[in-house]
This record gives sequence, structure tokens and C-alpha cells, in this order.
Amino acid sequence: MKRRTKSPGDDGAAEQAAGNGLLHRRALLGTAVAGIVGAGIGPTATSAAAEPLVEPPWGLQVGENTPAYQTPSKFAGNVVRSLSNPKFEPRSSLSRTPHHLLEGSTTPNGLHFTINHTGVPDIDPRLHRLLIHGLVRRPLVFTLDALLRYPTISRAAFVECGGNSAPLFSPKPIQADVQALHGLASCAEWTGVKLSLLLEECGVDPSAKWFIAEGADAPHLMRSVPLSKGLDDAMIALYQNGEPLMPGNGFPMRLLLPGWEGNLNIKFLRRIKLVTEPAMSFWESQVYTEPMPLQSKTRGKAYQFTFLNEVKSFITRPSPGLDLKQPGMYEISGIAYSGRGKIAKVMVSADGGSSWADAALQAPVMSKAFTRFRMPWRWNGAPATLQSRAWDDQGYYQPTRAAFVAERGQLDAVPSVLAFRNHHINTITSWSVDPHGVVKHAYA
Amino acid sequence: MRKAHLPALVWILGIPAAFAATPNLGKPITPAEMARWDIDIGRDGKWLPPGDGTAAQGAPIYAEKCAACHGDGGRGTELSRTGLPSPPVLVSDVKRKGIDGSTTSIANFWPYAPPLFGYIRAAMPWNTPRSLSDHEVYALTAYILAENKLIDAKQVMNAKTLPKVMMPNRNGFLVRFPEITPR
Repeated sequence: MKRRTKSPGDDGAAEQAAGNGLLHRRALLGTAVAGIVGAGIGPTATSAAAEPLVEPPWGLQVGENTPAYQTPSKFAGNVVRSLSNPKFEPRSSLSRTPHHLLEGSTTPNGLHFTINHTGVPDIDPRLHRLLIHGLVRRPLVFTLDALLRYPTISRAAFVECGGNSAPLFSPKPIQADVQALHGLASCAEWTGVKLSLLLEECGVDPSAKWFIAEGADAPHLMRSVPLSKGLDDAMIALYQNGEPLMPGNGFPMRLLLPGWEGNLNIKFLRRIKLVTEPAMSFWESQVYTEPMPLQSKTRGKAYQFTFLNEVKSFITRPSPGLDLKQPGMYEISGIAYSGRGKIAKVMVSADGGSSWADAALQAPVMSKAFTRFRMPWRWNGAPATLQSRAWDDQGYYQPTRAAFVAERGQLDAVPSVLAFRNHHINTITSWSVDPHGVVKHAYA
Repeated sequence: MRKAHLPALVWILGIPAAFAATPNLGKPITPAEMARWDIDIGRDGKWLPPGDGTAAQGAPIYAEKCAACHGDGGRGTELSRTGLPSPPVLVSDVKRKGIDGSTTSIANFWPYAPPLFGYIRAAMPWNTPRSLSDHEVYALTAYILAENKLIDAKQVMNAKTLPKVMMPNRNGFLVRFPEITPR
């Protein structure tokens, strides 16, 4: 989008980039922008006078002893995951990442989303084994100690459940926060051994086209994965943000398939079997499939093998629950990612998609990882509709909700926010802001 | 001197030269040693084990070990009718409705029958997985298929008969990303 020149009637505002108060992303940079100081960019314009400063109690006494493993301040105690099954009834347990309370592009390990179908297993790593067999020259068993002697690599990668954002299939916008709507996606730096290296040691039979990966926990969750992904960027991940994997994220080892549907990234990985055709396990026969709308040409059919998580973005601040206190300057902040590669561009709108401006992308922008985007916004107190839209470096971009629904349909009735009636929705998310500053989920 | 002998040493140990640069710390294992873990079932029935079972044999096992979560006769519980993530309804003749995945079922959706055996054997019962004998798994498979009217109530399920069960939605799928999905 081309820069708009400042108009004389603009009461000295910083550069307008798009309608309803979006300012040029340059306003975020530390480098000087002409006129920025006098243009109402700073938050001080409406601040009340300061009160006299006092020495608070923590400056007058000894603090707590240093713990061996530190946990967040009790004043940050609300920065937690939300739980789908807090009483641990006999069914799956999901925890969702509180995106609205986090910043940057890395999800802390304690806040990484998890889905556990039969509880979190208590695996003794000394007894864990990884078996690679099937169409290989020689089947091999690896211990964790053995894998720790292999060459390792580190990379950032998001993991996203195929059911993330499923509430957007509702015919009306479900009033829930970004954690409830998009909390089944997280991003970490993973360290481990490339699967291709282990496959090479086993000797892959040329007839192998797929592999079946299986976990060691009670469900023995099995998924079929194209072998080409295993030979490309698949990793046996052992570390998450520098420390051993969290139990809910697959300790002591998991399959990491960067950019691919979360359920395929088998946790507690214990077995890889090379085969000629997919197993069509429960997970790929029923769960992770996408029935098509009855009114479409493909009615009655359903998508299967929806491996990729396609390009998506959403605004985390402001968002429902983070209402605006008063008109003035705000930073719009959000997350963008694509299972196909790097984020190339994110645009933001404050007027429901009538006009758009480029957001600033936080460097480094990494392939198949969260990219933080930011946009300066001066809210004038009038109703606004905030949206973000991402493009990836393979040329794919987020569809509007209307365009997505025209192809994939929507539900007849409003579902529970916790339900997964369909999967893989990557539409634009809209937040409406009313004159009181209350932020709500909207369709626009 | 040592360097000169290395290729010969590699050859004697039977390690292909291409592996020499990698740690090569995996331990070889025989099919018998991995048998307890080697539990996938091919979609067309490959690797189905010996054993057999009927719906009549499966009914009491179902009532004792499965009904608490999946409801009487596999018809679901109050929880499974909410559409929340919960134990699925196993027996249903409901027609699929729009894009609503909660109306998909074994009878109206699963493309192949053998994975039903594979899933029960690997993951069920929920609180005591891998506790069933292969005979019991065949019996439960027969029970669920018979209740769904996909097989005759008296039909014996085993490695020969289960792959022949035709599932109505066998051709109901579109490959989402053909360019990365092997044929």
C-alpha cells in the first residue's frame, strides 16, 4: 500500500496509513519520524498529573528465597491456559494458550497448548524406546541416550491443532476471547534429531511411500504421514524452548512436522513404520476430515489428508476482554503464521476491511513459525472493526470469512465454543470496538 | 595407516560406508522382539492377527467394558450428544448433515472396516487400553458392525472376513493436497 500524504485538515496527526485512525507502521520504529512528538503519538496527551512517588514495601525488606525452578509472579497469575475438562472426566483434556496476555512470537512452555486424549502420561525416559521398522533394510531401536549423541538442530515452529479456530464455523460470531477462539496454536523453538538421519541409518526401501507414527501413551495415537515429509524437515524433537519437552507436549520425544496439522506431530513418539499406503486410522478416517457443504458441487464428500495448516493471522491486542479505556494511541498487535513458509505481509484494517495498511513484521521472520505484527492506531472513540490479513511467501493469503464460507460452508446453528464440528478454518477474524471501548468478536 | 584400513573394517562389520559418518547407535531388532508393539492394521486388513469373534460374543464384553462411555448398544451418552469432544457414538443410522462433523459415524463415514479392529486393539478400553485379547477385539468389532447393520448378526469376524466388509462411504473422500499426498 502506498503511503498517503498528510492532508492539511488532519489536525497535525501522524501519517494516516488507512481509514479510522491506522497510522503508518513507521510510527512504531525508534527512528525519528518528523512531527511525531508533537502529533499526539505519545500516550501522555491525556494522562493525569503524576502523584508523589513513595518507597513501596518491597524496597524496604528482604525478598523471597530463590527457587530452583522459577514460576511467574502471583500478580501474573491470570496468565494461564484455559481447560476444557477441569474435572478430568473420561474424555480428552484440552488446554488453550492465552494469546491476549502474551507477546513476542514464542509460547512459554507452561502455556503451550496441549490436547491429551487419555491423560498426560508419566514416561520414564530410561524405559522409553523409539522403534523404526517396516520397509527398511534393518529395523532399529533407539534409546533417548542414544539420540542425545546424534547431531541436533534447532528451529522455531508453530504447532496448530486442525480444530483451532473451529468456533468461526458458527453462523453467528461466538462471543469468546482469542484464547477460546484461536488458543490451540502455539510456537516454540524445538531442538532434536532430523528424522531423515535415522531413516538413512535404517535404510529406506524404495517401495515405502508413507510412514505410520505412533505414541507411547494410552491411546497409542497413530497417524499416517507421507514419507517425503519425513525426509524433508521432520524432526524427533527432544527440547522445547531449550529445556526437555513438557509432559503434555510429548516428553521425552515427539515427532515435529513443521507447519503440518498438530495431531500428526505424534507426542511420546515410540514407533515409526514405513509402509506403502496410509493406515486410515480412527484419526484420519473420522476425526481429521472436513465434510463439504451440501449445497456445493462436492456435497456428500469430505476432505482427507489436510496436512497443511494454511496461512492465518489474528489480532491479540486489542481483543475481547482487553477493552479500550479511553480514546488515544494504541498498538494493535497480533500473530501470523503459515504451514507453507514465511509470512510475507500482514495488513490491518480498522474499518471492517474498507481500507488496509501494512503492519510492521517483527524480525526475524522465520518459516513455519509465529511472526508478530504490529500497527499503530489512534482510536478516536467512534465504532471500529479491527481485522488482520496475512500473506505467505508462497503467494497464499487468508480468505475473508464470506469467501471461505462460500467454499466450505458454515454450520446451521451456533455450536458450543468447545466443539469441533469441522476443521481447518483460516479466515480473517474481526473484532468490533464500540464507543465505550468494549471489544467483541464480529463477522465483517 | 588406520585410515587405510577403515573401509575394510566397515565392510567386515557389515555397515554400509554411507553410515560411517553418522552415530549409528540404533540396535537391530527382530520381528519377534517387536511383535508386542507391531500393532497397526492395514486399511485392507493386512497384518490382522489370527482369532475370531461374533456379535453375540461381543455384546457382553461391550456391556461390561465399553457402555459406560459409549452408551447402551453404542448409541452414545448425554455427553456424546452435546457435540463436545467426548467418546463418540458408535452405532448410528443418522444421515450426515451439512458440514457438521458431529453427525459423521462409522456407518455413514468410515471408508474401511479393518481400522476399527486396529483402533480398539490399540486404544480401548479408554481406562485399560491393550487389555483385550485379539478374540475379544474381533468380537467387539463384530458387535459394532452388526449393530450398525453393516454385517449380518451371525457373521464371524476374522482376518479373512473383516476386510470384505464394504463400508458405504468408501468413496466419499477428496484428497485435500494431492501434490503432497502419495498415491
